[in-house]
Amino acid sequence: MTKVVVAGAGAIGSLLAAHLARVADVTVLTRREEHAAALRRDGLRVSGRGDFTAELGATADPAELPADAGLAILACKGTDLEPLAARLGGRLAGATVMTIQNGLGAEEVVAGHGDWPLLSAVTFMSGTRHGDAHVEYVLDTATWIGPYRGTSEAEARRVAELIEAGGLKAEAFPDLRPAQWSKLVFNATVNGVAALTGLPHDFHFAQTGQLSDLGGLVRDLVDEGKAVAAAAGVALHDDPWEMNVLATQRGHRHFPSMLEDVEARRPTELELINGSLVREAQRLGVPVPLQTAVYRLVKAREASYSE
Amino acid sequence: MRIAVIGCGAVGSLFAANLSLLDDVEVWAFDLNELHMAAINRDGLRLSGAGDVSGRPRATANAAELPACDFGIVATKAMHTESAIASTAHAFADGCVATVQNGIGNEETLARHVERVIRGTTFPAGKLLEPGHVQWDVKGDTTLGPYDERTPFAEVERLADACTRAGMPAHAVEDARGPQWRKVIFNASTNPIGALTGLTHGRVCERPDLRALVSGLVDEGKAVAAAQGIELDADPEELIDHAAQPEVAYDHKASMLQDVEARRQTEIDYLNGGIARFGRENGVPTPLNEAIWALIKGMEASWTQS
Repeated sequence: MTKVVVAGAGAIGSLLAAHLARVADVTVLTRREEHAAALRRDGLRVSGRGDFTAELGATADPAELPADAGLAILACKGTDLEPLAARLGGRLAGATVMTIQNGLGAEEVVAGHGDWPLLSAVTFMSGTRHGDAHVEYVLDTATWIGPYRGTSEAEARRVAELIEAGGLKAEAFPDLRPAQWSKLVFNATVNGVAALTGLPHDFHFAQTGQLSDLGGLVRDLVDEGKAVAAAAGVALHDDPWEMNVLATQRGHRHFPSMLEDVEARRPTELELINGSLVREAQRLGVPVPLQTAVYRLVKAREASYSE
Repeated sequence: MRIAVIGCGAVGSLFAANLSLLDDVEVWAFDLNELHMAAINRDGLRLSGAGDVSGRPRATANAAELPACDFGIVATKAMHTESAIASTAHAFADGCVATVQNGIGNEETLARHVERVIRGTTFPAGKLLEPGHVQWDVKGDTTLGPYDERTPFAEVERLADACTRAGMPAHAVEDARGPQWRKVIFNASTNPIGALTGLTHGRVCERPDLRALVSGLVDEGKAVAAAQGIELDADPEELIDHAAQPEVAYDHKASMLQDVEARRQTEIDYLNGGIARFGRENGVPTPLNEAIWALIKGMEASWTQS
């Protein structure tokens, strides 16, 4: 069986690890030893759209990871990626490494810590952690995978097939950037607006009847993002406005992680998402006054934690 | 002379208490807060802080009790202007009604109900401590001017004179839009930024990226004012930098930040919303003010969910 390392066991990492453990030999790298101990002792339970408990290996010590792993998925939050990649430096020599963080720039961060072949991924699935050894599978939308450095579409397809065999949805692309940028523009807009207003991603985000309706702002933010993508030479895979409308019609109120982060007064993924979009816009000379305003406001909100 | 103060919260109480000290003025206070009105009738209206005053206006929560008045001074929150004037307009059939409220659009609302309207902007501030007792935080000037040609300037001067004699300095000017727009632009460019970020005025201003956003909002407001031929009496930017100093209002939490922390409806529709509406009418784009307007409306909507 393929040996797979899943580094980071938040909701996304836990969902990937548990499902992959049905078809591969999975070891989870956690930050806390008691988290690893709980996984070794209890296995990892999936509820919601799944109902099973996976047996898998787990450790908080990178030295204990299988040296012959063929695939390592870095599934931590973007804010934790740099230290995680540093801990993996010099290890997993035979592995292809896949990033799955929101925003842009995760691949470059990892590339700076080793010469692994790299795959890019974005995921649209969601889950909720109910403890170290229990994750609820909420949205069963797909994970998209593409080559980044020293990899091919065929390799992306093999990983997508492995994930599908485990019971999750996945799809391979020759170039991930169109999908990645669709999600970037979507996340920068929806997460930023949710974090500032305190609204979960609900019908307000698609409401456009009056001048002060939130949907008008969302659409204008998306338009700025589209202009940046176009200037970067990326033909978006999905229209982020349609992604937004569709998501608000699902009838359940999704709480974007950036909203949960500001409510818990945690650092957000602002820099990887909104920050990278605004910096790309600046580099390409595309004016994005509204995205810039949202970026600055959320950044200031983080600064207010110390008040 | 008979004056009715419509909306007797902190600012309305400052006017009512001070004006009631004048021998030649009979003052009525109207507010839906029955406890406050009853306390005023029982014990008088007390101000303490920047000035200590014990006034004796007549108070009522029943609009029908208001007699015919020479002047009204409307001091409700801007979202209550319509209901306040609809119920009290009968008292001003032969009088003039002045607004000393925040924001823009209040004059238009008043003019739908009464003939003679006075545009006003006031800077004194305070807070209601308990029924019958208001803390006077800041003294400040009031500027009054006719809303349109139906309001005789002599009447504006008569009201300004009464306020000034009562210890609430007021100036009558032909065009009162300059001070009004300066204050609106100041409030619209700073209050919601505090509300959205949780930062005090000083901390907003010391972050260069955020201060630039404030200037972006100011610039849009200035453009909308200019398109209407309004000359600001001072640059809102100066007011913003002045207030950011440690000894002025560095640590001040904008009233809108206090509102959102208490989950009270804000006056955003009459601040950034007002700038955006007048921008549309005058062909001036105001994308940043519209964005801030939508964000605060979204925040208000989030309180009624979950």
